[in-house]
Amino acid sequence: MSLFAFLGTLEIGLIYGLVALGVFLTFRILDFPDLTVDGSFPMGGAVAATAIIAGVNPWLATILAMACGALCGLVTAFLAVRCGILHLLASILTMIAAFSVNIRIMGRPNIALLGEATIFTPFEQGIFDQLHVHLAIVFLLVLFSALFIIRLLTSDFGLGLRATGVNDRMVAAQGGNIGFFTYFGLALSNGFVGFAGALFAQSNSFADVTSGVGTIVVGLAAVILGQTLLTGNRIWIAVVAVIVGSILYRLAVAFALSSGMFGMQASDLNLVTAALVAIALIAPKMKGKIRFGSLRGPSTT
Amino acid sequence: MKGFKVGTLFWVIALLFLGAVSTYAQTYKVAVSQIVEHPALDATRQGLLDGLKAKGFEEGINLEFIYQTAQGNPAIAVQIAKQFVGEKPDVLVGIATPTAQALVASTRTIPIVFTAVTDPVGAKLVKNIERPEGNVTGLSDLAPVSQHVDLMQELVSDLKVIGVVYNPGEANAVSAIELLKSAASKKNLQVIEATALKSSDVQAAARIIASKVQVIYAPVDNTIASAIDALVGVCNQAKIPVVGGSTSFVESGAVASLGFDYYQVGLQTADYVEAILNGKAISEIPVSFAKGSDLFLNLKAAESLGIIIPASMLERATNLKK
Repeated sequence: MSLFAFLGTLEIGLIYGLVALGVFLTFRILDFPDLTVDGSFPMGGAVAATAIIAGVNPWLATILAMACGALCGLVTAFLAVRCGILHLLASILTMIAAFSVNIRIMGRPNIALLGEATIFTPFEQGIFDQLHVHLAIVFLLVLFSALFIIRLLTSDFGLGLRATGVNDRMVAAQGGNIGFFTYFGLALSNGFVGFAGALFAQSNSFADVTSGVGTIVVGLAAVILGQTLLTGNRIWIAVVAVIVGSILYRLAVAFALSSGMFGMQASDLNLVTAALVAIALIAPKMKGKIRFGSLRGPSTT
Repeated sequence: MKGFKVGTLFWVIALLFLGAVSTYAQTYKVAVSQIVEHPALDATRQGLLDGLKAKGFEEGINLEFIYQTAQGNPAIAVQIAKQFVGEKPDVLVGIATPTAQALVASTRTIPIVFTAVTDPVGAKLVKNIERPEGNVTGLSDLAPVSQHVDLMQELVSDLKVIGVVYNPGEANAVSAIELLKSAASKKNLQVIEATALKSSDVQAAARIIASKVQVIYAPVDNTIASAIDALVGVCNQAKIPVVGGSTSFVESGAVASLGFDYYQVGLQTADYVEAILNGKAISEIPVSFAKGSDLFLNLKAAESLGIIIPASMLERATNLKK
């Protein structure tokens, strides 16, 4: 892999790291499998691109995109908490509705941002080239987001959020409002996903209504991959792990893209990516088995 | 015996090495990124490969043809773009809009040819169709409207007035009508428009203009497409022919249409890649619209309207409905 491709992979891995953070919040912390992200990711891109074309400041456009992502999360939470629809179905409903809404927002299926001022533009002048600048800014934004999540989850409020996912009856018995925590968690999660969509559109100069396809799969793969490889009970380890997981997933895709030499053809991409991720998930367990299994026999834990 | 074997092996390896070196010295690298695999886009890619072969760029001899598909996912398209740009090919080819955009966002230096993109200016791939700036040019697959005007002239001798029914709410139709007007004005033809916002309005719209025109053009427009039978019905009563923007309209009773299949689009894309490989500057390779060579004629419709189709058209026809 060339350096150019590697840096590009790192950048997109970091952007999807924000998606992974969102999926971590719902799937791991709230125990709410949330498919809304397939709709809130392209919505982030759609809102940011439309706003930038309309002349809105790119940072303001990005915040607007986060807000619209959060709104998607609120809709899912409303359907689940207030209307009592099963969480998976509630999130699917929001996801499919978002597809139509996104086309309405953009007015067409694809908006190009080439040549428009984005949050990256002011930093692109000078000695650094575009790729390094994008990577540095995305890294900083992801770092701040990660620090924010760690700070939030280690606070008293975060304790309530975490407890909602583990034992909601206990939270209710302690006088906590489960409904509120669900609303808040889903809004925050999809806000991050919308943020990722906005960054993706601005970094790659286009927003496309199909860019949401499979976002949840990538997010889940990142969370599970990261947490399998980087284990620990501390919150900060888990947060770092999901971002690392997202980068590893993108590296797997990059390796799958350069696997032509093994007789693979272009259409095998998804299969190769899935196989690489599966190997990464199985490897630590195999290692454990070889080390302990051969000495102690079948593990009891 | 053993010595002989080793000796032979040495020469074989030496020859292979020489062969590899001499091939490598003149090998061109073309990297193709495609958004998703479906028949039209696959045919475009195959047309490109075959077109390059016809021009003397053959895979495995002097052409390295790298190809990846994003399997419908724009995020993967971005990764493919980064991967390709890192490999520094001679030409990058983006099939369909998002893949072309991902390539354009990834490099300002390597030449990029886009294809199967309907609106390259709207997609911000190029600013200037006639004289592209920067490193991007290519081929649009917008319907060949100016060729349709030629067709109407050929079909109706002494043509002066073209009628058109379309939905002003459809972006594709609006851009087709703009092309129609500019092509018609170059030939001093008058265009009379009738608009229909719903397919139920098409019949009434056609009636309004039918008596004032010599031929009615049905553009590629979803509203018109769903009411094409109504449009053809009105025109049959008024004894004027319908020329279709899409070849599919011929089946429903349009007298003629001209179009392309995506294999042809690929062949035309190969012209762009060849020009760049031969060192032509991008700014000298204007963006063009795919040319059609599939001529569809409806003989039955022509007969009932009393129109005699010129022999030159009959010879070129690729598809006749009797």
